[in-house]
Amino acid sequence: MSNVKSVLIVGVGGQGTLLASRLLGNALLSKNYDVKVSEVHGMSQRGGSVVTYVKYGDSVSSPIIEQGEADLILSFEALEAARYLPFLKKGGKIIVNTQQIDPMPVVTGSAEYPDDILGKIKELGVAVISADALSLAEAAGSSKAVNVVLMGMLAKQTDIEKQVWLDTVKETVPPKFLDLNIKAFELGYAQ
Amino acid sequence: MKKLLLGNEAVARGLFEAGVRVASSYPGTPSTEITENAAKYDEIRCEWAPNEKVAAEVAAGACFAGARSFCGMKHVGLNVAADPFFTMSYIGVNGGMMLAVADDPGMHSSQNEQDSRNYAKAAKVPMLEPADSAECKEFTKLAYELSEKYDTPVVLRLTTRIAHSRSLVETGERDELPLKEYKKNPQKNVMLPAFAKGRHVFVEQRTQKLIELAESADFNRVEINDTSIGVIAAGDCYQYAKEALGDRASYLKLGMVYPLPEKLIKNFASKVDRLYVIEELDDFIEMHCRSIGLSPIGKELFPRCGEFSQKTVRELVLGESIDCVSLDSDIPVRPPVMCCGCPHRGLFYALKKLNVYVSGDIGCYTLGASAPLAMMDTCVCMGASVSALHGYNLARGAESEKKSVAVIGDSTFMHSGVTGLIDVAYNATDSVVIILDNSITGMTGHQQNPTTGYTIKGDPASAVDLESLCRAVGIDNVAVCDPYNLDETISVIREQLKKDGPSVVISRRPCALLKYVKHNPPFKVDGGRCIGCKLCMSIGCPAISIKDDKAEIDATQCVGCGVCKGLCKKGAICE
Repeated sequence: MSNVKSVLIVGVGGQGTLLASRLLGNALLSKNYDVKVSEVHGMSQRGGSVVTYVKYGDSVSSPIIEQGEADLILSFEALEAARYLPFLKKGGKIIVNTQQIDPMPVVTGSAEYPDDILGKIKELGVAVISADALSLAEAAGSSKAVNVVLMGMLAKQTDIEKQVWLDTVKETVPPKFLDLNIKAFELGYAQ
Repeated sequence: MKKLLLGNEAVARGLFEAGVRVASSYPGTPSTEITENAAKYDEIRCEWAPNEKVAAEVAAGACFAGARSFCGMKHVGLNVAADPFFTMSYIGVNGGMMLAVADDPGMHSSQNEQDSRNYAKAAKVPMLEPADSAECKEFTKLAYELSEKYDTPVVLRLTTRIAHSRSLVETGERDELPLKEYKKNPQKNVMLPAFAKGRHVFVEQRTQKLIELAESADFNRVEINDTSIGVIAAGDCYQYAKEALGDRASYLKLGMVYPLPEKLIKNFASKVDRLYVIEELDDFIEMHCRSIGLSPIGKELFPRCGEFSQKTVRELVLGESIDCVSLDSDIPVRPPVMCCGCPHRGLFYALKKLNVYVSGDIGCYTLGASAPLAMMDTCVCMGASVSALHGYNLARGAESEKKSVAVIGDSTFMHSGVTGLIDVAYNATDSVVIILDNSITGMTGHQQNPTTGYTIKGDPASAVDLESLCRAVGIDNVAVCDPYNLDETISVIREQLKKDGPSVVISRRPCALLKYVKHNPPFKVDGGRCIGCKLCMSIGCPAISIKDDKAEIDATQCVGCGVCKGLCKKGAICE
């Protein structure tokens, strides 16, 4: 199973990680890979830490990704990148949205949001690609398009042609939001 | 054509292709999407029932009528449906009948980690367990064949990782089956003691026939590779073992986890040097192996609690681990919270002000147990808030009745809260029951219910009038409040607590995530007025934080519910 690639998508419930994993899954499907996407539904979606696993290759067995196994981590939020860092494979990359969303213990003052998370991750020798996806999404027309901006950033790091991604976006998002999402994807892809 | 389908979507596709005509379920993570997706097929009469017992009985009725029928639920739902389930085992079927039960090892979204395989054994009903979405569809179709051939309901057991993983499925056409003829047959269908005695004998014979099937059917599969390690597994555990061990082990992959074969297992065991049974939760397969004289390595090595993965197998079978990097700094946890604009927030703030004992229930509002509101004393199961409050008050008397409430959502009240309320009225405690009516089944992702006025397909339906229902069962004191209005909510509940006789408060405000709910513009903090008292922080809204000793509202999250504005003594929160 050495040819199986693993992408971990992490974020905060409500940020749209499920749509992102669906886009990635559909893009991989059009490349004729065996694909498994494991999602989280239910309670943790309510503003909690959420994780989606995407695996592809000739034949995928387990739908989940364990510590030290992810080729890529796509993090919708900085603290979540730190939380899931142990899941990264040696030599793997992290794509991260620099946006900070305070978890409830930080909001209530019982914990502190760590300083300079991305700097500390880089010090460990991990390749980090970061951008302020929220600002880019707003530039594209809606703060809700953060997920598609991040998919654009991810697309750049895969060996799937850009056109396949654009076609997948077209097939996956509702037509009335298509222009917005294409713009958001392009802004992410340009990072 | 191959599609990337969620396990649950694949089950729904299987229902469609198997010619199922009637599906009745109650939502429950991780099973909900089966019925949601089944509802997309016009050929299936699909509904959300008030609870799993009703749903299973609806499916039983359709099965009597000669249709293939379905009922889906989460693991704890089978507790509710257990009564019809056990006796339908005796009765068997006319049209095929399948129940899907989704277990939740690791408790991603559940209150316990019960192992439904024990139910299959207890009720003597065959249980299939798929290991990916393709098998979800194939085993669903197989379940209907077995159901009709062996005259039995069949259970499809899923776990979270199978139900909520997408993998490739080859879709097919629907097998459009005519209704089977209905013939009156009380010896089979009326379970009086005299008839049931005969059916019990039939059930025992049926199990023997199913064991014979399990010995040779291709849903139980042997894969011989290196024979130094042999693994018996089903479902997700088979996938974890394959990923961790690959060709370094041989496998007996079980597609049917009840009843289990004897010769097939013994034969496999004889071919391998060391035999492992890899299964999450209980030692179900392992105990069977022991009962036929084998001594596999099972729960002496593998945990009984929580979810497994390939890491579990790699570490425990091979003693190998993968290096990983991590940060030294403490990473604050991110627990789930009530959403911005959640109507439950104001209600729980009111309860905190009133400092009452809160008998809790199952739903989004169970998050009211978490900091900073932390206003829930107990939570057992669907509907227990009402009946357990009644019991609490019976034990502690009149004094406690003035200082305690039950909280229950609209859907949970329909599920099994109303029966508790009947007990409150009939056996007379002055209990105060608060129905949190957010006009939807929230936690499972917005399913309609009997109070919302819509069916699963979005068609208009009759809606239960909660006020009239409560009065009809004998509750004279019924009041309504808007949880966005803190003063009103506190005073309404306080008044009901003072009154003699049982009472109901309906805290009414639709879920803020519903598409039709119009949001107000976000609020801002006037830095000149804010004194940094942090009173607004006490409601635990994720949009509010403290920056440089002043409150700050995140405009991208705030939906303008105004609960914080109602709280601020300095008028610092404004539009």
